Formats: sequence, structure tokens, C-alpha cells
Amino acid sequence: MNTEKKWADLSWEEKREERFKRWLAPNVTFSSPEAEKLYKERVTRFIKAIKLEEPDRVPVILPAGNIPAYLAGGNLKTAMYDYDMLRRAWLKFLDEFEMDTFIGPGLVFPGKVLEIIDFKLEKWPGHGLADHIESYQFIENEYVKAEEYDKLIKDPSDFWLRTFMPRAMGACKAFEKLPQLTAFIGLPVFYLAYFADPEIQAAYKKLMEAGVETMKWMQVVNDVSQKSLEAGLPSFWGSMSGAPFDMIGDMLRGTRGIMMDMFQRPDKLQEAMERLVPIAIDEAVAGANTSGCPIVVMPLHKGTGGFMSNKQYEEFYWPTFKDILLGLINEGLVPMPFAEGNYEPRLEIIRDMPRSSMIWWFEHMDMARAKEVLGDTACIAGNVPVTALCTGTPHDVKERCRRLIEICAPGGGYILTGGATMDRGNPDNLRAVMEAAKEFGVYK
Amino acid sequence: MSGDLVNLLADLKDKEVLELVKQRLGAGEDPLKILEDSRKGMEVVGKRFADDEYFLPELVFSGDLLKQVTELVKPHLKQAVETKKLGKVVIGTVAGDIHDIGLNIVIFMLDVNGFEVYNLGVDVPADAFVNKVKETAAPILGLSGFLTPAFDAMKETVEAVEAAGMRDKIKIMIGGGQLDEDIRKYAKADAYGKNAMAAVALAKGWIGAK
Repeated sequence: MNTEKKWADLSWEEKREERFKRWLAPNVTFSSPEAEKLYKERVTRFIKAIKLEEPDRVPVILPAGNIPAYLAGGNLKTAMYDYDMLRRAWLKFLDEFEMDTFIGPGLVFPGKVLEIIDFKLEKWPGHGLADHIESYQFIENEYVKAEEYDKLIKDPSDFWLRTFMPRAMGACKAFEKLPQLTAFIGLPVFYLAYFADPEIQAAYKKLMEAGVETMKWMQVVNDVSQKSLEAGLPSFWGSMSGAPFDMIGDMLRGTRGIMMDMFQRPDKLQEAMERLVPIAIDEAVAGANTSGCPIVVMPLHKGTGGFMSNKQYEEFYWPTFKDILLGLINEGLVPMPFAEGNYEPRLEIIRDMPRSSMIWWFEHMDMARAKEVLGDTACIAGNVPVTALCTGTPHDVKERCRRLIEICAPGGGYILTGGATMDRGNPDNLRAVMEAAKEFGVYK
Repeated sequence: MSGDLVNLLADLKDKEVLELVKQRLGAGEDPLKILEDSRKGMEVVGKRFADDEYFLPELVFSGDLLKQVTELVKPHLKQAVETKKLGKVVIGTVAGDIHDIGLNIVIFMLDVNGFEVYNLGVDVPADAFVNKVKETAAPILGLSGFLTPAFDAMKETVEAVEAAGMRDKIKIMIGGGQLDEDIRKYAKADAYGKNAMAAVALAKGWIGAK
């Protein structure tokens, strides 16, 4: 990257420029000069929207979830288990739809891998859910007891390895028996003795098997994303992260558990969340470094409007989440939280960020108010109702897009996309989103 | 004294609530009276939730507190508690969806507002809803759903009620994450409720309660 000044000495804007340059010039041979030209135009369109400037027209993220599988005659289940089908379906979609960015199949997880590790945290089609269901669903539980916060706070890596993994993956149950890594690891013979345990050996063998299987899937995902870049379609999914409150509430303690903790052990909860901040930042940075795309998608869950008060949000949710946002921004990345539910009560709180440093993607939201409150601070994205996408006509969809563009587009800083993504339904509804942007979203 | 328990519970003063319940039981007071006060306390919690003063954490915490009170009182009960209910509601998350945070909020609010709620849980097949409605003769069916697969599952559930010849005897309300009036029409339900307060208002309206 920049050789004149050390990375650490650059301002966040300078770091971001470096990352934008890399995003604009991916390491790929474009299929044609036209593809290269379009690629640069598309990335520039997004960069301008992020910087709250007017691009040539409103950029679009097609709200296509797992619909490529459906349109190729399959469904999420077939795509999870048949990698050839996965490749075919997403390439077919790439071929048949006009778009500004292409979301690859990286979130269609390989079913066989989940089975090998005996993954306990999700149900998926054919595995706890009916075959035709187009989503994974998280199984909420108190996987970690209230008394176990100290383990996480003391040593997160040790906690993941010996407490969480054995519960999240049946194949790793034996990791409970591993001792902690000690200061005497310089002479590791006593530690190594544990690796003679047949159950621990079996657990590692399962992980190796899962690793090999994962690579088969990843090959396909990488292939598809390479092809989309060659065709001139940038990625918008550079990396992923989230909010510490959700990491603990979703995965470890469950909704009930974490909400009891807000009353019964608020200090432990805060300390644990703070512990996760630098880990989450490092992980997201590493992901973006690999992908070359600086956007960090952050699905948010439990801080939504009806779930907690603004006071609780400001005490428990926002501080550590904001630390992660600022940490990512300071690395030149562009956080894009997906605010599930209704985030309207939070608008005045989340406004408190450096100007043009991030994108807020809204599900349910009065977008006029979002534009009014956030318009001079952050780029906003959303929120064509997924109900209209799934059950409406192309005309309905186009009309809703037109209204959104009229409200949100003036002055720049708006990305047209869904309030959530579409897994099946009329493909012309997706085309209508793109048509609306071209018809109503051109800046003059 | 009884007013104290109502307010202490409503204010979520857990230690004081449990202390007072023990005191009153120790003084030989009618356990039913204690349960009645607790119910009133929970009613206040429900009101505060409706007024945006309380949110999900307070519902979770008060629910847990009520459970502890009930456990203290239970050994002292000589007869089963019979409370007069406003009406019956069968409710659950439709097939293919296992989300229940919103469902539980609605159940909490229906319950503190005097409804007898039959909760079928999550990923409930259409038949199970139909059977429960038959069994309980409930006049209201609540369908919850969070994800897009719920759109079709709701439609299928309403169709199953129709096929069972019960459609004109029951009011069906839907609610949850990604739903709206469009899906109400799509599923041919009677009403869409944006939140738990809307569910209570709809249910009360249908049975003619105030």
C-alpha cells in the first residue's frame, strides 16, 4: 500500500483512500475492456454514495438472497449439498441479471461440513427444517451459563476452544478434556500427552475432514467471485462483523439470558463485551484484507426498537458496538450495519459518528426521517419491503423504489436495496429494482 | 400491604418482592390473595410495556420474578387457582420458522391482559393449529413468523383452517418481523398487528371486551 507514510500514521480517510484504490483495481483480468470500464464505474458509484457525494446515478444492491438457487430449479438445500449446482446457479444469476454488485454464494454454507462437525447452533433445510425452507435458523439457548462469564473475560481463546466449541460442535465435545495452555508450554510433553486420548484424536480428525470438505466448497465460492470480478461486477461483501451485545446474546447466553444479565450482572456483561471488541476488529480487518473490498457487513439483532429502550441501548448496546465501528473506520474500512427490525428510535444516537464514514442499511424505517437525521452524516441503504419483493408485482416494486429514490437520493448518500433479501418469487421484481434506479435515480 | 406487592413487583424490586411474599405467607395470609396481587403487578408491567416505559428486558425479568413468587406460594395452595379469563387464543410460530422472541412478547401481553393463551411453540404445522382450535374452541388464532418462508406457511395455515370448515368461526391475526398488510392480504388473515399491543387490541375487539 502507501510506501511514503507508514500505515499507522495515516488518517482514517487516507487509509480508506488506499483501500478504495485497491477495490477499484482488483487483481483480475477483466473479460473485456467494457467489463473493466463498467467495474470502475460501479465501484465509483458506491464510493461517491459513501462519501455523501452525487454519483452518476443511485447505486443498487439487488436484494437477492438465495434466489439464484431457486431460479436455477433448486433451493437452498440443494445448493448447500451440491457444489456444482451452487456454482451453476450463481453463475446463471450473474449472467441473467443486470446489477451494480454481485453477492457471491459465500453465505450458502456447505451442508456436509455442518454435518461432519455436528453443528448444534443452527437448523437448516433437511436438518431440523423442512427441505423447501430457504434459510438457516439459529437455535437460541443458554449455551453458556451466567457463571461462565469469567472464563470468557479471563482468556477468550481458551474459552472458545474448551468451553464454547465443545457445545457448538458435537465433533469437538472432547475438547472439554483439553488442559489450558500453560506458561510451561516451552516444554510441551505433558500437554502433548492429551493428544493420545482417542476422543481428542477423533475430534481433530473430524476437524481435518471438515477442513478438506470446506476447501471443496470454498473453491466454488472463490471461482464464482473471480468470474464476477472478471465480468466487471464488484463485491460489496468485504468482510463481516457485528455488535458485542449480539455476539453474546445470540450465541452464548440467548435473549432471555442476556436480558437477565442486564439486571443481575451488568458489570460482567459489560466486561465480556469489551473483551470482544479488539478480537472482532482484528477479524473483520483480516477478512477485508483478503477480499480487497472495504465494506464490512454487520447484521444487528437485539438492539432493535421494540427490544430495548434508548437508555438501555446507550448503556449496553451502543458503547462497545461504537468501539468496533470506530476501530474499523480507523483501519480505513466502511462498516455497513444491517439494522434488523425498526431502528427509528436509535437515529439520534447512531448519528454520533465521523461524517461519511459508514453506511446504515435499514429494514423497517421511515426513510424520510432517516434521511433527515442521518443525511449529512452517513450513507443510508434500504428498504424496499421484502413482502413486496416476494409477493408483489414488478409494478409495485418499481413504484416503491421510485418513492424511496425521491426521498433518499437527493444530494447523494443513498444505496437502493431491499429491507431484507428475497429467496424466491418473481425474478422480474429484482429487475424492477434495477430499472427504477436507471429510470428515476440518475443525477443530473 | 397488598398495594406494596403490586407496586414492588411492577417496579421489579426482586429482593423486596420475595421478602414480602415470604412474610405474608409466614403470617398465614391467603396465598390466593398473594397471587392476585402478583397478577395485578404484572398487569402494571404490561401497561408500562405498552407505554414504552418498559421493554423486553423488563418483561423477561418480571416473568422470572413471577415464577419465583409462584414457586414460593405453590406449597401453600390448597385448591387449584381458577381465574376468570376474557377469552381463548391459540397461538404459535408457523411451519418452517423457529423464531419466538416476538411470539413470547405477544403471549406475555395477552396473558397479562386476561386471555387464556394456548402456545403451540415454533415451527407449528398447519394441522396442529387446526387441531388445537378444534380442541379448545378458541375464537382467535394468532400466527407468528419472522422470516420470508412464513409468508407461504401463513397462507397454508389459513387455508387449512378454511378446509376444516372453521374459517367463519375464527378470527386470525398475524404478526412478526418481516410481515405487513401485504402479507395479511396474501395469507387471507383477518388482521395484521404491528406489535404486541396491537395483538391485545385486536383480540379484545374480536371478543367484545373493553
